[in-house]
Amino acid sequence: MTSSPFASFLDIAAGLVIVSAVVTLWRRSLPAIVKTLAVQGVALGAVALILGIHQRDNVLIAVACLIIVAKGAVIPTLLARVLSRADQSRESSPLVNVPASLVGAGALTFLAYSATGPVVRLVNSTPGRLIPLGLATMLIGFFSMVIRRKAVSQIVGLLLVDNGIALVAFLATAGVPLLVELGASLDVLLAVVVLRVLASHLSTRFGVVDLDQLRELHD
Amino acid sequence: MVDVLLLCLPLGAGVVAAIVGWRLWVGWLCVASLATVLATGVIASVHVVRHAPIDAWRGVLRLDALSVFMVLVIGAVGLLATIGGVRYLDHEMSSGRCSVRHATLYAVLVQGFISAMLLAVLAANVGVMWVAIEATTIITTFLVGHRNTRGSLEASWKYVIICSVGIAVAFLGTVLVYLAELHVGHHVPASLDWTSLMSVSSRLDPGVMRIAISLLVLGYGTKIGLAPMHSWLPDAHSQAPAPVSALMSGVLLSVAFYALLRFKAIADGALGVNFTRGLLLAVGLITLGIATSLLIRQHDLKRMLAYSSMEHMGLLALGAAAGTPLAIAAVLLHVLGHGLAKAVLFLGAGEIVLVEGTSEIDQIKSLVARRPALGGVVAFGLVALLGFPPFSLFLSELTMFRAETQVGLTWVVAVTLLCVLVIFASMFSHARRMLLGARGDGPELATPGVVTIPLIGGLVACGAIGVLAWPLTSLLHAAAHLVAP
Repeated sequence: MTSSPFASFLDIAAGLVIVSAVVTLWRRSLPAIVKTLAVQGVALGAVALILGIHQRDNVLIAVACLIIVAKGAVIPTLLARVLSRADQSRESSPLVNVPASLVGAGALTFLAYSATGPVVRLVNSTPGRLIPLGLATMLIGFFSMVIRRKAVSQIVGLLLVDNGIALVAFLATAGVPLLVELGASLDVLLAVVVLRVLASHLSTRFGVVDLDQLRELHD
Repeated sequence: MVDVLLLCLPLGAGVVAAIVGWRLWVGWLCVASLATVLATGVIASVHVVRHAPIDAWRGVLRLDALSVFMVLVIGAVGLLATIGGVRYLDHEMSSGRCSVRHATLYAVLVQGFISAMLLAVLAANVGVMWVAIEATTIITTFLVGHRNTRGSLEASWKYVIICSVGIAVAFLGTVLVYLAELHVGHHVPASLDWTSLMSVSSRLDPGVMRIAISLLVLGYGTKIGLAPMHSWLPDAHSQAPAPVSALMSGVLLSVAFYALLRFKAIADGALGVNFTRGLLLAVGLITLGIATSLLIRQHDLKRMLAYSSMEHMGLLALGAAAGTPLAIAAVLLHVLGHGLAKAVLFLGAGEIVLVEGTSEIDQIKSLVARRPALGGVVAFGLVALLGFPPFSLFLSELTMFRAETQVGLTWVVAVTLLCVLVIFASMFSHARRMLLGARGDGPELATPGVVTIPLIGGLVACGAIGVLAWPLTSLLHAAAHLVAP
């Protein structure tokens, strides 16, 4: 275990990403979940910022600032607006209760560590050790999309998946080429906007706030 | 230069539509832009086969035999769908269900959708291609929900959630490919460019590539409609307006499949053919099985067509699993044939829904006798889709089976044939109830030429390719050798 300030800052930031993912599973109040997501966005940006400063990579520092603004402020504000308009403040009926879902998160983290062996071996660096945390965040995001039924919770799950993947990308390769990075961030932002519009359409036109009420199409 | 032109044409028509708003001539301008894309694609394909790939924008775009073939598919199906779009909007507006603003939005989004697909197949860079494919999801979400009913909003919600997750998984796969490329050696700058990835593919780390290709099959498989993340497909394809269904089913699935074909070639270089073959066989057979079981008792015409798309995507996955140049050439021919036949059928189904007011198979009776033109086109479309000669799907399915047998996958051919037979029987019985039967007392009804002429054109093209494959042979050969050395 290295104990340089670089390594410990990186550990703290990446740790904050996974801890906030677990917190979203633990909390039931949707405004609190959205706030946790903002914290996670800032932590993810911090990972990129620390890597950028360490490698003296100006492009990466710029991307980091962009992430902090988009994921720490813009996206949470958009989600908070859906919440205030549609009067859905609590995740009332998750399919799995909180203690069981925390156990699930633990199991998924374990799975992430065992699955990323070849990747960690290939990267073989200080940031590389933390790659399993990114995959674990992504798996927790999947898990929360499956067990939660509110529209906003599903968007949060999707963003957890995306943040986890972004964490892997930064830790493994210090970011994909800039063009791709920008396109990817823009696409995620747009996807959230689209989902927000759909969610408010569904609730204002048809009074749907729970996805369980969407049962028209089936075979 | 020609690649930039290809991208700008549909985008330009979209910009015009955004500025002046929806008019009939704007609709025909969109049609003209797609016709030009098709014509440019034909010229470019001759050039690419005779000379070399065309680069543009400092290597961001590249037109090689495989991408030019996909341009032809996009152009042909896009042409049919934009003509269908003129008819759709005309009808929606005259019945008062759609405002000018709403119609403009539709036209702009469709042009943006087609441009995003063109960018996906023209991109020389894996990352740019990913961005373009993700953009298609975002653009089409509003098109799926364009009719603004509860069902269509439900379908677009499912579509965007499931496909965003799928495409995110594909992004992780792309990141891992990039990681493997970074660690190849000191003097190769990692760029995520197709040709440079192909040239170093044998030196990519196998452990990482194994994870990467699994994620890519799962991720892009979601967009292709392959199991296990296929559940959005029947909903989105049945709820979208008919021309959008034609585009989504006829080309969008194949554009995602194109991405998978490219990655398969890279993974094969690193891992040998067996690993990816196993993955594709598994997802292909499961998809085929699901489509078969749900087609047997299908009661909705558009959902039937949607499940048939899943069947054909399963067939493509199995063909790609065989992976020989012959198999890939057959896969590509099947992409074109399926695109044309499915576009004709979705547009025909849209017209049926429009004039009959329902897509329930049981409520539509003796269509051929009552509406000979429409019923006839739909009947011939089904004949093409079910793989009868002279249509090209017969040739491509047969060639895929032959290629699979050559690499020792005879059991796969046996299972596939069984599924295809069951699907044939069930779709035949659905179609017989809907199409055949005596006219009764009602008059014989005509169908407008704007509907029938493009559909007949599509069927004639599908038949002509089946009989005279020679204009495409050298292109298919060149394209197949790019991803199956």
